[in-house]
Amino acid sequence: MLSICCPWCGWRDELEFSYGGQAHVAYPANPAELDDASWSEYIFFRDNTLGWFRERWVHTAGCRMWFNAIRHTVTNEFAAFYRPGDPVPEMPVEVVR
Amino acid sequence: MNEPERLPNLPEFLWADAEPKSAYDVIIIGGGGHGLATAYYLAKNHGITNVAVLERGWLGGGNMARNTTIIRSNYLWDESAAIYEHSLKLWEGLEDDLGCEVLFSQRGVLNLAHNLGDVREAKRRVNANQLNGVDAEWLTTEEVRKLVPILNASDDVRYPVWGATFQPRAGIAKHDWVAWGYARGAHAMGVDIVQGCEVLDFVTDGNRVVGVETNRGRINAGRTALCAAGHSSGLAAKLGVRLPVQSHPLQALVSELLDQVLDTVVMSNTVHVYVSQAHKGELVMGAGIDSYIGYGQRGSFPVIEHQMAAAIELFPIFARAHVLRTWAGIVDVCPDASPIVGHLPLDNAFINCGWGTGGFKATPGVGWVYADTIAHDRPHELGEPFALTRFEHGSLIDEHGAAAVAH
Ligand SMILES: Cc1cc2nc3c(=O)[nH]c(=O)nc-3n(C[C@H](O)[C@H](O)[C@H](O)COP(=O)(O)OP(=O)(O)OC[C@H]3O[C@@H](n4cnc5c(N)ncnc54)[C@H](O)[C@@H]3O)c2cc1C
Ligand SMILES: [Zn+2]
Repeated sequence: MLSICCPWCGWRDELEFSYGGQAHVAYPANPAELDDASWSEYIFFRDNTLGWFRERWVHTAGCRMWFNAIRHTVTNEFAAFYRPGDPVPEMPVEVVR
Repeated sequence: MNEPERLPNLPEFLWADAEPKSAYDVIIIGGGGHGLATAYYLAKNHGITNVAVLERGWLGGGNMARNTTIIRSNYLWDESAAIYEHSLKLWEGLEDDLGCEVLFSQRGVLNLAHNLGDVREAKRRVNANQLNGVDAEWLTTEEVRKLVPILNASDDVRYPVWGATFQPRAGIAKHDWVAWGYARGAHAMGVDIVQGCEVLDFVTDGNRVVGVETNRGRINAGRTALCAAGHSSGLAAKLGVRLPVQSHPLQALVSELLDQVLDTVVMSNTVHVYVSQAHKGELVMGAGIDSYIGYGQRGSFPVIEHQMAAAIELFPIFARAHVLRTWAGIVDVCPDASPIVGHLPLDNAFINCGWGTGGFKATPGVGWVYADTIAHDRPHELGEPFALTRFEHGSLIDEHGAAAVAH
């Protein structure tokens, strides 16, 4: 069971949260000008990183707020939790195990 | 149906591990079921035998020998029904074709319905299946009770059984034997199977892929075909190609060996578990993916807890069984829960991935289709709808109902 720290509520079990995938994917600034390939990219394509990854979570069974986290997708270790609009923390340096 | 079946003997010789040569006509990356079946059909159907299957770990050590082995073809859309039914027909002749047993057992698969939404979705799927020549039927609660006496189909449960879809030709097989059978067949026709050989990068010449860099040196290739399941997006990224897949842990578990009590496969999307009893007697169970991206080949505990609760609700007699082992694989899931089969946007490079939670059943079918695509450098008619370009055209094949939870 993952322990996840909601920036508003603190540490809770994984079961209270839902996953939102890659973080910081902005809505296209010029939607009217996008071609099919760019729309497809925006809608269907997300990073699928092996290693440290910036991702979104929502505290579904708690305050229902969205927030961001940095997690390692192999070890499940979390390096940071931060609110939307907060300065984006640096990625941890990969430690070779 | 009480005696556990005795396992037949494996053939005496399976395959010999090869040292990689400096060049091949075709390099297949990934020695799971799909890679091995592709090599087999390249040799058998197209006479292309100067082929290497490069596997970074050991043969079948990925999802191939971690899955719960459910085989069926009752998918909703025409495109899916066509490729999965082609695969099921190949399963029906596979032991003869390979000349060895894979314990393919057509014991039928039930998909339970627990509410009105389930019933409507299920009946719609049965109708679609029948129009596509797939042997699907709708069973009433009474018929389900007769088929699976140990199932708690009474009214006084939280999620009563309102009926089920049934595909009698569906079933299970022994996954590691399937991998070994294909490896044996491919090797006998001249294919090199190279274990402990990880593809680290690609060699390109303009828009052409001409070889791979591995931990055992450079190997040139006329054509290069990815078959790396959960690791596909990392490999494609090295070619500058982004794939619309997300890799998730998917878990399974088995009990100790028990007397035979269940002679069909039972799946429930709503209470969320699926279970069969393997030939030796262990109960094999699985459920959904962990929701987040994960490459650790181990899943989270709540998923196990949830599926055990579901299993005991459906089968009260399982309450005294013990969990013997749990494990996970890494499955690559597409936004429409359908696979990607066909060309990469490069010359001489091909992609097969995105089979997610349900690609074991497709092993013979996709091996057949992908080999044909590689041999002729053009899409096979069964693979064409599953091209990577469908995400740009919007021609998605939404199998969430038939595939996302079920396997
Ligand atoms: C727990 C679980 C239950 C499942 N249940 C079912 C089911 O009941 N029915 C069903 O139809 N499907 C099921 N599946 C899905 C099915 O197992 C997969 O869709 C299918 O096995 C994928 O194809 P494959 O066999 O080729 O993959 P894999 O066996 O994963 O093969 C990919 C191979 O590529 C290798 N590789 C990766 N990167 C590299 C590299 N850089 N260089 C060299 N080699 C590399 C890996 O080591 C691996 O061996 C299940 C999966 C899991 C995990
Ligand atoms: Zn909260």
